[in-house]
Amino acid sequence: MSHNALGAMMVKPIVSATPIDLTIVAIYFVFVIGIGIYLKKYTKTGEDFFMAGREMTAWIAGLSFLSANLGALELLGWAGSAYEYGILAVHWYWIGAIPAMLLLGLVMMPFYYASKTHSVPGYLQLRYGPATRGLSAISFAVMTVLMSGVNIFAMAAVMQVVLGCNMNFSIWASSITMGVYVVLAGLLSAIFNEVLQFVLIWLGSLLIPILGLVQAGGWSGLKQHIMTNLAHFGVQNPGSYVHVWSTLGHFSDNPMGINWIGIVFGLGAVISMGYWTTDFLVVQRVMSARDLRSAKMAPIIGAAFKMFVPIIVILPGLLGLGLLNVHLVSETAVTAAAAHGQTLYSYNDVLPLMLARYCGPALLGLGITALIAGFMSGMAGNVTAFATVWTHDIYKPMMNPNASDGHYLAMGRWSTVLGILVSIGTAYFVMQFASIMDYVQALFSFFIAPLFGTVILGMLWKRTTAAGGFWGLLAGTAGSIAMYFWVDLQPSALRYIALSSDAKPMAADMFRALWSFIIVVLVTVAVSLATRPRPESELKGLVMGCTDVPDEGNYPLLHRPVFWAVVISVVFVALNLYFW
Amino acid sequence: MSKHVNSIWFLIGLQLLIYGVLITGTGVWELFYPPMQMTELAWTHPAIWWGAVLLVLGIFYVNRFRPAQVLKD
Repeated sequence: MSHNALGAMMVKPIVSATPIDLTIVAIYFVFVIGIGIYLKKYTKTGEDFFMAGREMTAWIAGLSFLSANLGALELLGWAGSAYEYGILAVHWYWIGAIPAMLLLGLVMMPFYYASKTHSVPGYLQLRYGPATRGLSAISFAVMTVLMSGVNIFAMAAVMQVVLGCNMNFSIWASSITMGVYVVLAGLLSAIFNEVLQFVLIWLGSLLIPILGLVQAGGWSGLKQHIMTNLAHFGVQNPGSYVHVWSTLGHFSDNPMGINWIGIVFGLGAVISMGYWTTDFLVVQRVMSARDLRSAKMAPIIGAAFKMFVPIIVILPGLLGLGLLNVHLVSETAVTAAAAHGQTLYSYNDVLPLMLARYCGPALLGLGITALIAGFMSGMAGNVTAFATVWTHDIYKPMMNPNASDGHYLAMGRWSTVLGILVSIGTAYFVMQFASIMDYVQALFSFFIAPLFGTVILGMLWKRTTAAGGFWGLLAGTAGSIAMYFWVDLQPSALRYIALSSDAKPMAADMFRALWSFIIVVLVTVAVSLATRPRPESELKGLVMGCTDVPDEGNYPLLHRPVFWAVVISVVFVALNLYFW
Repeated sequence: MSKHVNSIWFLIGLQLLIYGVLITGTGVWELFYPPMQMTELAWTHPAIWWGAVLLVLGIFYVNRFRPAQVLKD
């Protein structure tokens, strides 16, 4: 959301909160701080602070795993994307999440869990050595605080547009509140709050799709409304907005400008796998599980809920597309209109507009609380992951390897404060440059896709060597950055990256990730075959084929992760076929 | 497993219970004093039935996970 546009829209917020709405929001703030104060007495060691004592149940770890991802750009951004691209946005919740979450639970979690490491860079240390760990830890730490800052800015921007709140007040009030509960009890209170936030996000957002579908006359009625509305606004090929797969034959057949190869291989096989299985922000939650069965079950529980998150994120965007009688536009168009004194609404405003459409006093407060909860869970996820990686993968191995547990616990608390302050600085920095959010998204993707290649090869192929892992990761990251700037400087290069001149920026992200993954695999394999492998005895607990995967226990069928993974897979296929 | 881990469900229940009371109460108040600006489908009185959903969920979780009950389990 551009700052100029915000300035122009300050005069007329989308909704106006009543005292009962503000009371509901205030109660939320009291609860999240209260949870931090209550849990402080249970946070006495580094293991408590960084790994929540490794005693979370599968349900708590699973809901927290999902909630940490329901951040600032998730709720509003994907609702806006659903308005802009139609139901195609649902791919980021289905093929762009479910297979990866099941892979994490069934295949990768035993190795993360058996290695008893504190972080994903910690696993890389065990598998590849300090150079790969250092590269991954530093890039992750930088990206994490940068993303946290963008989250803070996005939250303040939304509060200004929706409620007319002062941006400085929003930035400091949300950061201090989140800082207090994370500093007090670390990952433990972050996880507790994420579960609370998960429940509030659902209950605060669910009323919009319920009332919207009642008004539209169900799914078939909504499709008819979308066709009529888009035809009225002069949009070409409105039918492509309500199909998930049938328009992905060619780039020019759908509003996203992408084809099925980009979605299946770029999104499903690389970006999604990279994010859900190697981004420590989400993996940290699962590592806090109390035993292996819980650790395997947590991502599967997360997948079950993730499959239905489109009800509260994508459906409101589609309802806006079918029912709103104003046409929403891009941020650029909003800014241009604001310069001429006109007020337009952007795609990202669709969720607040739908909130204002259906929610009166008190329900509006609940909806605003859901938005704030979403923002805070995303911020806390970034900050706790930063504190752990900083303390365990940068400070401890590189600066002070022999300190006491109490010292590292204190360092965890101080690095949380440091992470928040840097995030606030980033939020103010982002405010100056409207387009930097796009750059940060791109920067983030530079490191996720290559990292997945490095981790998965390390886990599944015992021949991978330390040199192979390091040079593969470096080449993949450098290749991704080079492709990004190539297209940035010479837009026509997109036809080489995405293999079509009809491709749009979203397709560029998917194909860049796919190419960078291929670079990682090729370089890692080539260098590994040219260097000396580690003895198998050193790979126990780290690589498939060299590890006796710990027994998850003798449980009845209904308590087994693999049973629920099969159930979720069947529902996943059925949903894709229904909305084909 | 430490008992404090389950206290999250009690806290969630407590918050839903408070929200349920406030939202249902607002919905009932609006029956007698309708707001100046009506939302779409306001005639279905969503504050009353959605508030009731929160209230029922809140009562269930507070009762099931109240500290005395968790200690007994």
